[in-house]
Amino acid sequence: MPRKKDLVNQALSRRDLLKAGALGTVGMATAGSVLALPGLGQEPSGAAQGQASHHDMMTVGNIAPGSFDPTAFLTHFDTGRRSTLPSGQVLREYELIAEDREIEVAPGVFYPAWTYNGQVPGPTIRCTEGDRIRVRFTNRGSHSHSIHFHGMHPSNMDGAFEPVHPGQSYVYEFNAEPFGLHLYHCHTVPIKRHIHKGLYGTFIVDPKSGRPPAREMVMVMNGFDTNFDNENEVYAVNSVAFHYQKNPIRIPRGELVRLYVVNVTEFDLLNSFHIHGNLFRLYRTGTDLNRYEWTDVVALCQGERAILEFTYNHPGPFMFHAHQSEFAELGWSGVFLVEAPHV
Amino acid sequence: MSNIQMPLPPETPLKPVVPRSAVPPKAGLPLWVKGLGPLVLLAILVAVFVKLGPVGVFQQGFPPVEELTIERIRLPAHGEMEVQVVNGGPEPVTVAQVMVDDANWVHRLDGGRTIERLERRTITIPYPWVEGEPHVITLVTSTGLTFTKDVAVATLSPSVDPRYLTTFALLGVYAGVIPVFIGLLWLPFVRAIDRRWIDFFLSLTMGLLVFLGADALVEALETSGLVAGAYQGSALVLFGLLGTPLVLGALGHWRSGMRQERTPLQVAGLIALGIGLHNLGEGLAIGASYATGEIALGTFLVIGFLLHNTTEGLGIVTPLADQRPRFGSLVLLGALAGVPTVLGAWLGGFTYSPVWTTLFFSIGVGAIIAVVYELFRLFKRRAGAGITAPLNAIGFMVGMVIMYGTGLLVPA
Repeated sequence: MPRKKDLVNQALSRRDLLKAGALGTVGMATAGSVLALPGLGQEPSGAAQGQASHHDMMTVGNIAPGSFDPTAFLTHFDTGRRSTLPSGQVLREYELIAEDREIEVAPGVFYPAWTYNGQVPGPTIRCTEGDRIRVRFTNRGSHSHSIHFHGMHPSNMDGAFEPVHPGQSYVYEFNAEPFGLHLYHCHTVPIKRHIHKGLYGTFIVDPKSGRPPAREMVMVMNGFDTNFDNENEVYAVNSVAFHYQKNPIRIPRGELVRLYVVNVTEFDLLNSFHIHGNLFRLYRTGTDLNRYEWTDVVALCQGERAILEFTYNHPGPFMFHAHQSEFAELGWSGVFLVEAPHV
Repeated sequence: MSNIQMPLPPETPLKPVVPRSAVPPKAGLPLWVKGLGPLVLLAILVAVFVKLGPVGVFQQGFPPVEELTIERIRLPAHGEMEVQVVNGGPEPVTVAQVMVDDANWVHRLDGGRTIERLERRTITIPYPWVEGEPHVITLVTSTGLTFTKDVAVATLSPSVDPRYLTTFALLGVYAGVIPVFIGLLWLPFVRAIDRRWIDFFLSLTMGLLVFLGADALVEALETSGLVAGAYQGSALVLFGLLGTPLVLGALGHWRSGMRQERTPLQVAGLIALGIGLHNLGEGLAIGASYATGEIALGTFLVIGFLLHNTTEGLGIVTPLADQRPRFGSLVLLGALAGVPTVLGAWLGGFTYSPVWTTLFFSIGVGAIIAVVYELFRLFKRRAGAGITAPLNAIGFMVGMVIMYGTGLLVPA
């Protein structure tokens, strides 16, 4: 989030000019012609300088209790109201409501979001390959919205050309295919604003054969442009800066962990996911059951997603964060607390 | 012509002129009630609004735009930053988070996170800043707005101790005191030249003063942009610009009664005062730049100041060409013009504030306006050909060109 603009916008002042003059001066200084004045000497760099720890690079305070809880969100999957159609196909029905809501994206920092079901990210929709999906969408927001699901479906179920105006409803219905990790988001123009205001969520289609049992979690990498200058001030997984650093995610040693990681970050070309002290098996888009790579960093562009599987064999705290340090220091950092099983 | 309504000439009496004092006071309310009545009504209305809100005007559904101004960033120790912030906006502002170089950072903000209107607060950040490199500090408010200020070159901020007092004093002496006194040494020269050339040098003085005035005005306007909104930077400029010549004029009247003429020594004193006030602002800027590590006082810069400000001394002694001033008077004149640079350097170095800097610069401009006006009157009295005589016009231009040329050496 470089704010060069701000720097450039500052009026060219006397001090800037003096600074320019000082450049000449520095040149002379190397020639040894600086007047010997007290207070001129520069301290040797590094000597006696204050050093910081990870505890310093942090937001101050906590978000208000009762607001959106990223820890609960991690493992909350909406599998819909399940029934069986006469054809024998499983029908899953979901309800999504768009509404305006102010959310707390960092302690004390409130953001005027547009949400699905009052939360950012929206609920994680989960089903099995081949299920019939029926999503009743109601727009209670102040602007037109839609839901655009990634995956395969008919044109009129795509959400791109049918904006749902405030007060109106629309039913999206299609077969869930292919299996994998997908996402959904609003596709109403201006799309950039509709996405960065918070209208997105995860859409998981499980393979019919299922995946091996694991501790599963959803992590949506997002950012918030709180001052609306088209650059993010806050970065996070699941919306709240540093939440999982302040509230580490506990995982038992030796247990398989499966992360569903989706990148919806607006404005930045890429976001990335990195774990410490371990490597993960990477399944890009989750559409292939064979692992793609064994690594510890994956970069995803907006809309890209990946399933990560790993097991920790060493107990203790391990960081996970964007490997863009800037994002990490603006909130996209967390900690896995690997616990030895009680004997 | 005939259909244009011309105002009647004032000497045409329409009705007998009655002196104001002769109008009999109307019966009824006493004078103080008439004077204070509107104020009392205003107070009642304000009280009603404070209690009930603006009746009939709907509240906006969103808060007004917040405005925080970071006035100064100090680096009092390694690993520590101090941000001085003032709320110049219409409503209280809550500082939710602080970022340094695009990283959230822990910090201390004593007395609650909400800064009231016109309240000044200090935020302390334990941050391992890097000597000689730039840093950026951003305050994030509860509504997500950001307020940013950069540290151009990180270096320890001076504290008021003998070492820095000496540093800033020397800075001021080099930039202001020495050059002015050297300039005063032109007195024997201006005494020896003939009248035509004295006029030339007086014009030259005016030229360089006008240049300094314009320079200070630009500075005042620029720093006024950094002043927190509620303090109305442009109004501060106006105060200095118009207030100073008015005060100097009134002082002149008070000193010399209703006598219109000032003695040459008085004119020289006024010039010295004007230059001194200008140099106060200049010292302030130099001190502040030095304190924030934006200049290093190298040979080049000192030579520049010497050349640039020496001409100021010439300006002071030129009106004294026909005089035999005492040595003490000359020292006083030089001190009046030069020493404020030292004061300015102290002020700027230790307690830089955009409000005071704006005010001092505009006072400098106002003083120069007063001085140039005095010089014009001096010209009139000398019964020369005036400023537009070819030689004098050239002198005026030369004055400005000298300032411009030496200004190239020191962009200050």
